[in-house]
Order: sequence, then C-alpha cells, then structure tokens
Amino acid sequence: MKVVKVLGTGCANCKNTLQLIAEVAQGRGAEIQLQKIEDLQQIMSYGVMSTPGVVIDGKVVHAGGVPARAKVESWF
Amino acid sequence: MLGIAAWVAAYASLIPFADSASAALGLVRQTHLGEAVHFFFYDTPKVLLLLTGIVFLMGVVHTFVSPERTRAMLSGKRLGVGNVLAASLGIVTPFCSCSAVPLFIGFLSAGVPLGVTFSFLISAPMVNEVALALLFAMFGWKVAGLYLGLGLTVAILAGMVIGRLGMERYLEDWVRTMQATQSADYAGDTLHWAERIDAGVAHVKNIVGKVWPYIVAGIGVGAAIHGYVPEDFMASIMGKEAPWWSVPAAVLIGVPMYSNAAGIIPIVEALIGKGAALGTVLAFMMSVIALSLPEIIILRKVLKPPLIATFAGVVALGILMVGYIFNFAL
Repeated sequence: MKVVKVLGTGCANCKNTLQLIAEVAQGRGAEIQLQKIEDLQQIMSYGVMSTPGVVIDGKVVHAGGVPARAKVESWF
Repeated sequence: MLGIAAWVAAYASLIPFADSASAALGLVRQTHLGEAVHFFFYDTPKVLLLLTGIVFLMGVVHTFVSPERTRAMLSGKRLGVGNVLAASLGIVTPFCSCSAVPLFIGFLSAGVPLGVTFSFLISAPMVNEVALALLFAMFGWKVAGLYLGLGLTVAILAGMVIGRLGMERYLEDWVRTMQATQSADYAGDTLHWAERIDAGVAHVKNIVGKVWPYIVAGIGVGAAIHGYVPEDFMASIMGKEAPWWSVPAAVLIGVPMYSNAAGIIPIVEALIGKGAALGTVLAFMMSVIALSLPEIIILRKVLKPPLIATFAGVVALGILMVGYIFNFAL
C-alpha cells in the first residue's frame, strides 16, 4: 500500500489535487492511504516551495499546481 | 496554429460584433443605455481575448521557470543585484498567493537574503500577467509598460530597504531554525514542446476560467459608469486638481479591499474615463493587489509584527511615490 500525502495550506487547488488522486487511485484499483498535510512546518520539511505538492512513500513526486491526470495515473 | 488563426480572426471582428450586438437590441449609441451596452459588448470580448493570449504565453513561459530554479538563481546573491533579479524573476515565475509562505521559507532556507526574498514576494503578485494584459487591453502599451517599470521599482527598492534594515531577528523562531536544515531539491521535469503548449492551455483554463466572472462583472460596473456618470465627475475627487491627500486616501482605501487585477481594472478604466487622474487610480490598484489583509494574515505565521509593519509601510510608501510620479509626469 502506498502512502500518498498532499501538501498544501488549504487552497482550492490542494482540494482539487486530493480529489483527483482519490479518483484515479480508485479507478485503477490501487490501494492507497491518502493524507492531507496542512501544517506549514511539515510541508517545509519536504522542501516543497509551491503548493500543492504530492509525496508518495516519502518522496516528492510533484510540486506547484494540480498535476495532470496522466501524471497521476502514472503513479498507480 | 489553428488556435492562433481563430484568435486573430476574432480580434479583428471586435467592433463589428459590438455594433451588431447593440443594434440587435435596438439600441443607439447616442443614448445612455446604448453607450453602456456598446461599451460592454466591445470591451468584454476584447479583454478576454487579450487575456487568453497573454495568459497562454505565460503558461508556456512558466514551464521554463520553476520556483526551484528561481531560488537556485537567487541563492547567495547580494543586495542590489539580487533585488533586481528577484523582482524580474517575480514576473515570470509561477506564483499563487496561497504558496507565498512556503516560497518565502524555501528561499530563506536556500540562502536567499531576506531583502532579496521580499523583492520577489512584492513583485510576484503585483506585476503579474493578468494585470499587465488588462492594462494593455484597456490603456495601451504605454501605461502597461509604466506599470511594469514602476512595479519593479517599488519591489526592488522596498526589498533593498528591508534588507538594509537587517530585520532577520523578526522572523518567527521556527523559521530561523528551519534555515539551518537544508532540504532536498526537487528536480523539475524536462518537457517537450507539446507538453509546454499543453501547460499553456491548462494555464488559460485555470486562470481565465477563474477570473472571467470578475472581468465581466467589472466591465458591467465600468459600463454603467461609462454610460451614466457625467464627464469630469471624478475630476474633483480623484483628478489632478484634487487635494494632495487623494493619493494616500486611495492607497488606504485599497489595502483592506481584496480583489485581483481582473475585477479592479475594468472599474479603473471607467473612472479614468470620467476624469480621475491616472496616478491616483494606479496607486489605488497597486494597493488593492499588492497589499491585502489576507496575505498579511498568512505572512504573520512567519513574520513578527515589526517586520510585517515594515513590509506594509515600505510597500505603501513606494506605491504613494508611484501615484505622485504618475500624476505629476502625465
């Protein structure tokens, strides 16, 4: 199971990202544990400067804006 | 290519469209209502078209300049050179006010000086493509160019002043400890042109999709002012003959207002048409966009009150100067 974290301070784009990932993962039957990280200090600890960012199993895979659907599909 | 051709064709048929749209409603331009409606049907498509074009270009440019790359370019730069570079990069680096704080900390932790970071933080929201596109659409390239130049000047000078004051101790404590821990760099993607074009289209969908209601509403209000408010009505309040305090008053009114460039510029255009002075109105606009309460509240998480006050004060002062310079020069 993959641990997916969406980093963001709560803007609209962060919510869209979260929803997109949930959708794609469900569509592909991937088992994931989705978390939303809103705490600034935690976000900063990943070195992400532009939110929303996406972290999978501790690795930053995306930063700065809602990821394209194709990109999300490539993760699962 | 097809998109570009369609864009040019649409732009060429703006006036006939406005004429026939007003005529279809049975309106004549000589009446108040006719004038207002014609203004609306001409301005709305024109502004949206120009905005789409410029936002698309910026979307493509953004694929070349990530915040990570900007940070690497600014890291370790001295005051002065660094401020000029930071303010310029602020125009082309993708920026959303919701990531202002992560960006701020990210810059500091990579060794970008505080003053240089502020130059970026002031320039990025104020001198953005939406503001420039709208100014260009409504006032022509001269005003857009002046806004660009003066916006950069305010960002550079304000950043240099903040840097000189040496206010690093007014960062929140956890931010300073964060500076010590170097974070892993996230390598940006290498993209093909097709993907860059896609990014441009996505940027248009995102930005234009978000701001068009504000623009249409703004032009609606602008059209009403255009058609109904008597000429020179604004001259006594915001015109050149207005008392000296009209510029500071415009800035003060602008700070608590939170709007994006999209909503405010169509109204600004109509005000100027009625005799308001350009400097006063631009000062108002800059303070609405660059100094907003929500942003200040977000920044409070990383800055102690004296630094916030200095930031707001220095930027407000810069905007005031822009207002006076415009009023005297034009």
